[in-house]
Amino acid sequence: MATETLAPPTASERMAHRAAQELRDGDVTFVGIGLPNLACNLARATHAPGLFMIYESGAVGAIPERLPVSIGDPSLVTDSLAVVGQADIFQCLLQRGLIEVGFLGGAQVDRWGNINTTVIGDYAHPKIRLPGSGGACEIAVHARRLLIVMRMSKRTFVETCDFVTSPGHRVNGRSREELGMPGGGPTRIITDLGVLDFDATGEAVLAEVYPGVTPEQVQQACGWSLRIAPTPRTAPEPDASVLRLLREKLDPKRLYL
Amino acid sequence: MNKLCSMREAIAASVKHGSSLVIDGFTHLICFAAGHEIIRQGIQDLTAIRLTPDLVYDQLIEAGAVRKLVFSWAGNPGVGSLHALRRRSEASSSERLELEEYSHFGLLSRLLAASAGLPFWPLSNYQGGDIARVNPSIKTVRCPYTGRELATVPALHPDVAIIHCQRADAEGNAQVWGLLGSQKEVAFAARKVIVVAEEIVPTELIRKDPNRTLVPGIIVSHVVHEPWGCHPSFVQGFHDRDNDFYVKWEDISRQPETYRAWLEEFVYGVKDRRGYLSRLESGLLDKLRAKARVCAGVDYGY
Repeated sequence: MATETLAPPTASERMAHRAAQELRDGDVTFVGIGLPNLACNLARATHAPGLFMIYESGAVGAIPERLPVSIGDPSLVTDSLAVVGQADIFQCLLQRGLIEVGFLGGAQVDRWGNINTTVIGDYAHPKIRLPGSGGACEIAVHARRLLIVMRMSKRTFVETCDFVTSPGHRVNGRSREELGMPGGGPTRIITDLGVLDFDATGEAVLAEVYPGVTPEQVQQACGWSLRIAPTPRTAPEPDASVLRLLREKLDPKRLYL
Repeated sequence: MNKLCSMREAIAASVKHGSSLVIDGFTHLICFAAGHEIIRQGIQDLTAIRLTPDLVYDQLIEAGAVRKLVFSWAGNPGVGSLHALRRRSEASSSERLELEEYSHFGLLSRLLAASAGLPFWPLSNYQGGDIARVNPSIKTVRCPYTGRELATVPALHPDVAIIHCQRADAEGNAQVWGLLGSQKEVAFAARKVIVVAEEIVPTELIRKDPNRTLVPGIIVSHVVHEPWGCHPSFVQGFHDRDNDFYVKWEDISRQPETYRAWLEEFVYGVKDRRGYLSRLESGLLDKLRAKARVCAGVDYGY
């Protein structure tokens, strides 16, 4: 049977599939390029056909027929419900509080879900200059739920971010509430090893691991002393039909998988 | 008034040493032709402004045209880094570029303030993070009605804005469809506006579809007819993005030697945009040309 010949899921496929599980039919979602885009289109092709996709570039209610290579791909415009200027995206949709789900990744994340996409090292004399915020800072402030999608390593899951581009649950000891941030903050960090939830204090807790991964392995890939749920759940893996959908239909050229 | 002129004339008349400048576009409608002409004219000391400085801004940096960059996301979208920018902003650099950094919404708000004729713009943003810590232009104000603390950014009036559009008339009434980016805000914020168009059309055609006009001619100083002026960026309804070029650029721009060689061949080595286009691989433009997808007309009758 064909199912037996399918290669096992890659890290990216696991993450796209797990992220898709977080999306509900009808969610108004701010979609980023790469894995978030795959996760959204997978959700739309399976359990959430009414997922409402908004792209930072101005496409509202987009249904791209090819996998966009950039966040401003022309295929996002074709057949969208609306195309608006960026001022409308940020003011009328995001700041107005209409975005249910946002997706972010980054070069570093810490235990409070703070994300760095600006510099590695000192800001004025950086070791590595990264692209910067783009809309990430405001997505982190305003989205009602934020999903962080990142591969795990000691280099990326750090005790303290070199620079906080996008705020998480606590920044310099102050909570989102004290700081007056309207959105709900990060709900989950979806990684290639497992899934981290956030507890009532806003700290990340390992809640799920993929089959064959131990909590100890996850701790070894984490730069801080990771809190681990008493009995971590098993994270769902993509089955053959999902793998085929991802590989043959959603990303046939393997741009992101 | 007929404002049609060549790219060379428009740039020479508008962009000076030390000017602050926006070549706008959000992935879409980025006028590479204008950037290349600025490089050829040897203009220096520019303050280059855009939410998403991309390849053409990196080329301006590599060519030594830029002193300062005002931005919110700098990269090769979906591909990688801007290597001239990185070489001139990381710790090992000897010739450092001045950077003034916002998030998209912050920089956009500076243009909104300027386009509305206001001194600043309030936004609900920057609580707790480091962007406001490293940028002293971001301040806060207490709302006189609710008492809420809000971030503020000051109005930004670029000396020159260069806007690419699908079609315009000779007066600069410019019609845009597809991704709109911040073209409107940039045009109204700037002191001088150059409109570059794929097609120059009669004013009667503009009047037949007035909702499509994003930038009115009354704020435009020069109009340039430059088909394919955006390659490798795209123009909805005219041509696709040259995604292969963006991928190849990662290798071309990583080493200063191959970067310089590219600039020599495609920018310094040609007279104008036509020269650039003639050096592209044959058949490329046909491959990128848009397949028609025409929307039914709108009834403006009464």
